[in-house]
Amino acid sequence: MRTPPFRADFFGRKLFRFLLTLKGLGSFALITLGVMITRFNQAGRLVRPLLLREIMRSGVRLLPMFLFVSFALGLLIIGQSVSWLTRVGAINYLGSIMAIVVVRELGPLLAALLVLARVGTANVIELGTSRALGEVEALEALGIDPVHYLVVPRVVGMAISVFSLTVYLILGALISGYLWAFIQDVPLRPSDYFRQLANSLQSLDFVLLTFKTLGFGFIISVVTSYHGLAQPLRLEEVSSATVRAVAQSIIACLLLDALFIIAYLAT
Amino acid sequence: MDRVATGSIRDADLTVAEGVNWSVAAGDYWVVAGLQGSGKSDFLLMTGGLMGPQDGRYTLFGEPMPIFDDARLQTRLRLGLAFEGGQLLAHLTVRENVALPIRYHHNLSAAQAHDAVSEALEEMELGPWADTTPGSLSRNWLKRVGVARALMLKPQLLLVDDPIAGMDLRHAQWWLGFLDELARGRKWPGNGPLTLVVTTSDLRPWKGRARQFAMLHDKTFRILGGWPEVEAAKSDVIHQLLMNEIPRPDERPTKN
Repeated sequence: MRTPPFRADFFGRKLFRFLLTLKGLGSFALITLGVMITRFNQAGRLVRPLLLREIMRSGVRLLPMFLFVSFALGLLIIGQSVSWLTRVGAINYLGSIMAIVVVRELGPLLAALLVLARVGTANVIELGTSRALGEVEALEALGIDPVHYLVVPRVVGMAISVFSLTVYLILGALISGYLWAFIQDVPLRPSDYFRQLANSLQSLDFVLLTFKTLGFGFIISVVTSYHGLAQPLRLEEVSSATVRAVAQSIIACLLLDALFIIAYLAT
Repeated sequence: MDRVATGSIRDADLTVAEGVNWSVAAGDYWVVAGLQGSGKSDFLLMTGGLMGPQDGRYTLFGEPMPIFDDARLQTRLRLGLAFEGGQLLAHLTVRENVALPIRYHHNLSAAQAHDAVSEALEEMELGPWADTTPGSLSRNWLKRVGVARALMLKPQLLLVDDPIAGMDLRHAQWWLGFLDELARGRKWPGNGPLTLVVTTSDLRPWKGRARQFAMLHDKTFRILGGWPEVEAAKSDVIHQLLMNEIPRPDERPTKN
């Protein structure tokens, strides 16, 4: 029997592994959603503090970093845009550019990537280490659902945090954007700037922003939890699981972003 | 158990015991002995319901095992399992680890669970380490926390994985006395005499303690009976489990 050529075999294996991973992630996401719904009121006095702790960890503690990033983001966009808009006499579109770039695309994606880097990686390491040390078996032996105790607080907390941090990031970038424009002597009054922003944004933008950021938070928490928890792990495998989780989270977030662009353009 | 085969929790394709026919009655005190690597821990984990049998039928209080559904959870919680290494949650303190099962199943706040947890910590002599995380504890104390945690839900059957492995005489004596009291019925946890199944890789300390003995070796589960039957058994493995000293290479019997 003729062995298949190397190239076909290589892509076939990659595709097969990709489909298996997709199946595993999909199942884990559905299980998590199911547990969130069916165990909504269970062990509230134990699980609610875990949720609050997650919001602190993946939201409140990242605020200083996000304020700095929002300040820098405003500078970057305004700094690049001002000279070109001035040349073509389109300085009146500065507010519109900020609205489109920051509110619709860069703000949510950057917030998600920062949360992934700062909290998502820690998630994989913590859960992977728990798995490797047999803590999941201990929870099962005690009749405690590991998804309910370990994953649900992380999913809900991270979704809320990504949404909230995105709002702060966008507000900070919009305000700092105008400050930088003011420093660069751009002839644009604050009222004109904010009127441009308001005219460029529709109610659909806020709806999509909400769903997109909650979606990013859900994806990051589910993917990182899956790689930490769903498969038996040894301690030495935790680092490679972390790398896989980060890569897959980025890809999944970008795909979700693309879906929202299509949905937006279709309306 | 009826013709049960058990796999390994780390390798689903591996079989550690086959054809196990075993029945545990209320009030029994079993010691399951086996050399290191014989599969005692995997056998106990299967008995504890963490994985299903590879073959055969295993029921607990009349319910087929394993139990993962909520409808039969109360049956499942009549069994407690204490791991050899404790398997505590590393990010929780000793107090929080012990409180975990009652806080989850009875929806208690930390304050509401405080009295019950404090009693458990006092009984297990864990008071000085209540607010310490497991990473700072030695093996003996980790095991005590694991047993305290398992007893918080007042199970009727307790499985303990090699409680005296690696213990000095003082701690081994404490463990043997504690398990004896649990078998007779102790003020704490306060639900009467417990049925005990304990694994061990050294049979000597269990003389006059446990009432029933079994051995796991070479994938075979063999019920030995009481202590007189253990001592009378003609088996190299049992002799190794009963050895008082390790023979020098020149003293080991040669095989013909």
